Amino acid sequence: MKTAELQAIYVMWIRQMKKFVRSKSRIVVTIVQPLFFLFILGAGFSSISMPGLGENVEFIHFFAPGIVAMSILFSSMFAGISVLWDKQFGFLQEVLVAPVSRISIIIGRTLGGATTALIQGFIILFIAIGIGTPISGVTGFILTIIFMILISFSAVGFGLILASKMQDFQSFPIIMNLIIMPLLFLSSAFFPVSENETLLTIAYFNPLFYMVDGLRGSMLGIDNSVIQNPLLSLGIVSTICIVMLLIGSYLFSKSEA
Amino acid sequence: MKLKKPLLYYNKHIDRFINKIRITKNKYSGEKNLDIIKITNLTKKFDKITAVEKVSFVVKKGEVFGFLGPNGAGKTTTIKMLTTLLNPTEGTATIAGYDIIKQRNQVRKNIGIVFQEPAIDTDLTGEENLEYHARMYGMNKDERKKRIEEILDLVDLQEKRKVLVKNYSGGMKRRLEIARGLMHYPTVLFLDEPTLGLDAQTRRAIWEYIKKMNKEGQTTIFLTTHYMDEADYLCDRVGIIDHGKILILDDISNLKNSVGRDVITLACDDLNKLRNKLEEKNWISKIKQHETTLTLGVEKGDEKIPIIIEIAQKINVKIKSISVRKPTLDDVFLSYTGRTIRDDEQKNNLGNSMPPRSRGGHH
Ligand SMILES: Nc1ncnc2c1ncn2[C@@H]1O[C@H](COP(=O)(O)OP(=O)(O)OP(=O)(O)O)[C@@H](O)[C@H]1O
Ligand SMILES: [Mg+2]
Repeated sequence: MKTAELQAIYVMWIRQMKKFVRSKSRIVVTIVQPLFFLFILGAGFSSISMPGLGENVEFIHFFAPGIVAMSILFSSMFAGISVLWDKQFGFLQEVLVAPVSRISIIIGRTLGGATTALIQGFIILFIAIGIGTPISGVTGFILTIIFMILISFSAVGFGLILASKMQDFQSFPIIMNLIIMPLLFLSSAFFPVSENETLLTIAYFNPLFYMVDGLRGSMLGIDNSVIQNPLLSLGIVSTICIVMLLIGSYLFSKSEA
Repeated sequence: MKLKKPLLYYNKHIDRFINKIRITKNKYSGEKNLDIIKITNLTKKFDKITAVEKVSFVVKKGEVFGFLGPNGAGKTTTIKMLTTLLNPTEGTATIAGYDIIKQRNQVRKNIGIVFQEPAIDTDLTGEENLEYHARMYGMNKDERKKRIEEILDLVDLQEKRKVLVKNYSGGMKRRLEIARGLMHYPTVLFLDEPTLGLDAQTRRAIWEYIKKMNKEGQTTIFLTTHYMDEADYLCDRVGIIDHGKILILDDISNLKNSVGRDVITLACDDLNKLRNKLEEKNWISKIKQHETTLTLGVEKGDEKIPIIIEIAQKINVKIKSISVRKPTLDDVFLSYTGRTIRDDEQKNNLGNSMPPRSRGGHH
């Protein structure tokens, strides 16, 4: 690859890192919100007995992978959608008129978005481990990281798709409330779906379910996931990730400034 | 610096001289190396309107070319096609010999652009904006460092280099954008209304930068503007576009002469009557009726004033005011588009040289 292309990837990446580090409020919100969920809801629900939890698993531990997935999903998606900011503030034109391929721009943006999201995801993960969430060995930990990365890239891809289709941020709350939140609730992030036939059937059509379930299986051990084959989960989530990234990049590369 | 200037100045004149020779000598030989921008039949259609219609012209190397036209004329759309941001519906263009459709990357390497709308990342510092730009244009570390110093000096932003752009004033942002457009030594620099909304002092300063880079850097400049004084001061040649079509394209001096050596503006109580009478006179090269005035293009304007007053008296028309002046680009613009550049779109039909036409709103 030519140096200009590598430089473009680096520029798109470092730019997001700088902006991330500088926006203190964004860091606080994106880290505090999941922790708030984890502790308040985790503590609240732990007193009621919840069907579908494995033996010796406390609710807050069941809950932890869901919160990690949620925080990565939200910040990655936001990173993808932030292309829309660049469009509105004109900066996208500056990028598109540079003598570099759109692919490099997309790669840089995706890496940048994923990096910031994963930093947040890891902070939550380590806090969860700190409060006693068990990790099922080295393989489990490696798988956990792989799932986190896949979740992040899928969500950046989805964000890019939204950014290419949306003209402004007006439809953003609608998409969040009518699509993302329901999918998240039905993904087993917050409560088990395995005990309810209907919920489980719905879950199988929900891409987020495979991500959350796979992440949980990797972190807590395979007994805790619905799909008992980690390779199957991994395959499905990888496929989702590739499809999202391909569609996202395609739409982005077609967009005119 | 002091020594360099006259030499480059001289070079530019040689360049122009060569251009002139080329035009007279090679008119039909098809030699193109000095046509840095060559536009052929460039057309852009949006859903309902044709924003740019079969535009063809050339810009020569080292020239400052002005692209003038009222709001919505198609200036920005043309620039976006030339800078590979929009695909033409028809036609094409070459920049530095590279095709804007087939050789985008080569074109992109050769151009710099300052967009009409701001296009800087305001969450980064001025220096970071320049640095990232330079990286994307493949400049190495030493080149980047040297060039950033140079360019920050040029636009007088050394003190603000470490400040986030969101804390810049409007003029500083504009200067930074111009600096960024120049970072990578473009062959052609596109400036879409570079001084829009700036105060007189900043505009002056920016004009000086533009002149400087054109002279010292041999950069060809393609600029659009709504300010006739700006075009007059900066440009060698201008093209006037309206409703997506080029109306006229020539040297500024030729354009002014085409309006008449002098322009007489008068107001009276019966414009139509006086106009009809004056139209019989062959010493008036051009006559235009506006809302409350008539403008006449004449030779030796001073001597014509008494004659006109006499004519008016004979047909019982009372002249309220009359003045004579040298033609400006405003007159040229008025004469070709039927309205001054600042006239509202609603007033289109008053100029009566253009049929009234409704168009999609802009911005
Ligand atoms: N993306 C678009 N979709 C539809 N119509 C467009 C689009 N961009 C521009 N137009 C239309 O094309 C015409 C030319 O617009 P353009 O921006 O080129 O004008 P302009 O000469 O730059 O005007 P101004 O002096 O106001 O900047 C206008 O009628 C505008 O509404
Ligand atoms: Mg414009």
